[in-house]
Amino acid sequence: MISYLIKRILWMIPMLIGISLVSFFIMHLAPGDVTSSEASFNPKASEESRQKLRELYNLDKPVIIQYGLWVKRIAQLDFGNSFASHQKPVLWERTDKSGNVTKGLIQESLPITLMINLLGICIIFSISIFLGTLSAVRQNTWVDRSITLFVFIGFAIPGFWLALLLMYWTGVSNQWLPISGLHSLGYQNLSNFDQFTDLLKHLILPVSISSLSGLAGISLYVRNGMLDILHQDFITTARSKGLKESKIVFIHALKNAILPLITIVGLSIPGLIGGSVIAESIFAIPGMGKLFYDSVLMRDFPVIMGILTIGSFLTLIGNLLADIGYAWADPRVRKGLVK
Amino acid sequence: MSIFFKNPLALSGLIIILTILIAALVAPIIAPYDPNFININSILLPPSTNHLMGTDGLGRDVFSRMLYGAQISLLVGFVAVGIATLIGVILGSLAGFYRGWVDSLIMRFVDIMLSIPTFFLILAVIAFLTPSIWNIMIVIGLTSWMGVTRLVRAEFFSLRQREYVLAAETMGSNHFSIIIKHLLPNSLTPIIVSSVLGIASAVLVESGLSFLGLGVQAPTASWGNILTDGKEYIQFAWWLSLFPGLAILITVLGYNLLGEGLRDILDPKNKI
Repeated sequence: MISYLIKRILWMIPMLIGISLVSFFIMHLAPGDVTSSEASFNPKASEESRQKLRELYNLDKPVIIQYGLWVKRIAQLDFGNSFASHQKPVLWERTDKSGNVTKGLIQESLPITLMINLLGICIIFSISIFLGTLSAVRQNTWVDRSITLFVFIGFAIPGFWLALLLMYWTGVSNQWLPISGLHSLGYQNLSNFDQFTDLLKHLILPVSISSLSGLAGISLYVRNGMLDILHQDFITTARSKGLKESKIVFIHALKNAILPLITIVGLSIPGLIGGSVIAESIFAIPGMGKLFYDSVLMRDFPVIMGILTIGSFLTLIGNLLADIGYAWADPRVRKGLVK
Repeated sequence: MSIFFKNPLALSGLIIILTILIAALVAPIIAPYDPNFININSILLPPSTNHLMGTDGLGRDVFSRMLYGAQISLLVGFVAVGIATLIGVILGSLAGFYRGWVDSLIMRFVDIMLSIPTFFLILAVIAFLTPSIWNIMIVIGLTSWMGVTRLVRAEFFSLRQREYVLAAETMGSNHFSIIIKHLLPNSLTPIIVSSVLGIASAVLVESGLSFLGLGVQAPTASWGNILTDGKEYIQFAWWLSLFPGLAILITVLGYNLLGEGLRDILDPKNKI
């Protein structure tokens, strides 16, 4: 187990190098260099800030040295300062000489995105395990067919469109739910409990939108997994020794069907993080997705590169946790019987 | 062809896709108005016999814009998936045929690409280039070839040791012709299925990008950027949001149904 862990962690090093190469390559896609005509889209990219960009990425040096210097900086977690947001640091807070603390852009926005995605994952799992199991146990009945229909529509519906419809229905015509931001006006004056319910109300729409396609995918996955397992020998054995059907389904079968989901969580992280761009920009939630979108519009290169790197790093960490979780949860792996 | 009629999934998918294809092809003939014609006397009119799907904030006919939008969505889907499939087939063939260090190298590259959040990757590339329909297609293609690569590689792994492949190799066929004549034709089913499903997600990504203003640029109509107007006028003009969203939903559903149906049809296990 320990040697597996060490191997698994060492494995992340070549991955990180690869990710940094891809990100660096993207930065050099811009015609000319990143400071030329395309950057002039951004009205704030004055000659002064272009000079800063040149210095930041050492654009006057050969490409290989540029890469080396850039990797050296990000290895020290220095992603530079934003161009657009008054020179705020990209990643983490900075204290200036007079003791004023300026918070980092990612530092402020990442917790919000993580909160939305973790809530989303909880919702996805509780609902889709239920739907998938129900669908498998009632295979080829109307229950199964309507769940399958829901899955197909869940795959096909554009999240931003559903977001618009829900905004219209719950926010504009009925005014049941707030449709933008994380807090209402006058949030500071509310009691702790009211602050909490206010936050929850703001989160309902964005969390539902960002979990929809995952919900469809994982329901289908659980259904197929359950169907597979319900036809295996050990289930037949359990049936023939007279176990109650509910015990067979919920204890024997479900345990085996849920196990691979740990890996699926890991694999779905890049999709969830990337998907937060649309949900957060529609509902004006100040998370990392919206920060990324705003930075793309402003051509705020240090922030773009910072989020790209941090997003990939989070994916790697997520995959690592999923693999460790799987190794821990599956007794066959835990005891070193299978790799 | 007759096999389609035995599979309701594939048939309904095929009908949906053909209908949209025809609508896109005849758009210049059946569109009642010029899709970019601005008419300040007919701003935000609800659907009527004159304007089947109403008009937008600039008085343009939404039905005509929807028809031209179908062209964009088909074009983006096919070209992006064409690029992705081409890259995937080449890299997957190399990895699956030569194995060893070629395989390790290609598969590590796949792992790296899969660990960068796709939508971030696409947006970052667009930030450094300019958003245009061609850039969108290329970017979507360049960021979605990993699945096909894995599929082709896995197929080649299982085909590589078959007698007919070994026979061809012993008789001195060169590697290229073994790949083209023997291995690829026998791996076609999963490639076709994943391409059809890939078109579905390319259509979704394009509409999302256009909705965010980073895809197909105005005045060219795309279902995604009609929805951007829909968001702006959501309180006054439901038709601007309803129709393009439905069109995307139905198109993506069509490709998904067709893909899943083809998987059943082409699976030799189901032929008996």
